[in-house]
Amino acid sequence: MNEFLASDLPGMFVRFLSLSLLSVGGAISTAPEMHRYLVSQNGWLDDAGFTTSIAIAQAAPGPNLLFIAVLGYQVFGLTGAAVALFGMMLPSTVVTLAASRWGHARRETPGVRAFVHGMAPMTISLLVAAGSILALPFVQQPEHRVGGLLLIGLTILAMLRTGIAPIWLITIGAVVGALGGV
Amino acid sequence: MSAPDDAPPARPRSLGELYLTFTLLALQGFGGVLAVAHRTLCERKRWLTRQEFVELLSVSQLLPGANIVNMALMIGDRAFGWRGAVTALAGMLSMPLVVVLGLVAVYNEFSALPAVAGALRGMGAVAAGLTIGMGLKLAAALRGNPMGWLPCATIGAATFVLVAVLRAPLLWVVPGLGLTGWCYARWCIARAERRP
Repeated sequence: MNEFLASDLPGMFVRFLSLSLLSVGGAISTAPEMHRYLVSQNGWLDDAGFTTSIAIAQAAPGPNLLFIAVLGYQVFGLTGAAVALFGMMLPSTVVTLAASRWGHARRETPGVRAFVHGMAPMTISLLVAAGSILALPFVQQPEHRVGGLLLIGLTILAMLRTGIAPIWLITIGAVVGALGGV
Repeated sequence: MSAPDDAPPARPRSLGELYLTFTLLALQGFGGVLAVAHRTLCERKRWLTRQEFVELLSVSQLLPGANIVNMALMIGDRAFGWRGAVTALAGMLSMPLVVVLGLVAVYNEFSALPAVAGALRGMGAVAAGLTIGMGLKLAAALRGNPMGWLPCATIGAATFVLVAVLRAPLLWVVPGLGLTGWCYARWCIARAERRP
């Protein structure tokens, strides 16, 4: 492990600026690059620290992107968190706003309409695929299979048939899990 | 279609409402914010129809950055310009940031307790169900797609197999299948326009 110095901040900021533009498909897709930079290359974090940071961010409410802030926090406290998050957000925010305004102004043109309709089946399927990947641990681990799949199935049913807010379903899941039901 | 989901969309009334709405939905988003965002934005607030939700999500997938953050930026921008974009972004990130950095401080103390591990597992299962359920629900937005149901189903199935089964990187799947869908939809729209 190497100590992170204040003089490393500009370098980290610039690195995160460039990673931001590569984060197509979500911030989490940059995790391998983050690992290379923070763990393998510079040794500011060890493997366990890296994995824990991502696990905490996943368990907490809010966008998964916040794992960037946790990584920044682990290497250089609140300043590190601010530099990492700001670097990661700035380029993608500017690009998103520019693209959104450009497309919205031309939304009746055939090209933009085709984009919206042509992308839709993939976008929807990506959600189902992402949910299935989250469900995979329950399929693979026999001791959690029955409870886990039952909970997943009931959640899908509740989503499709009722208007119950997701936070209540999450709460039920946490209670059932804490009591050993999953 | 007469489903309440397709009622004409409302608009955020003020920057305060925008901030509060995104803060509340972000704080409910354990294991992913999208499912909560869908319920809040499409079904409770009616700021977006299903179709618009899918549209914004499609754009977000292709652009760099977290999908949900990009959606918040675009919704805020369309309502109040750049002030709205900044407000929505602040709503999405500020409180969750406080929570997650607080969690870092206490995590190591309690991570060994079996009840904590169990609760996280239960929340994980529900998060999986929420995401799948949302996807199935949004499939209704494909009605009226100019490509017709068979190409839609084919692209959907190909996406699922590539991403969930073969684990192909999104960096290739999204531009590849997205471009295919885009070109085909463009062709279908041109063909429909040629016919009177």
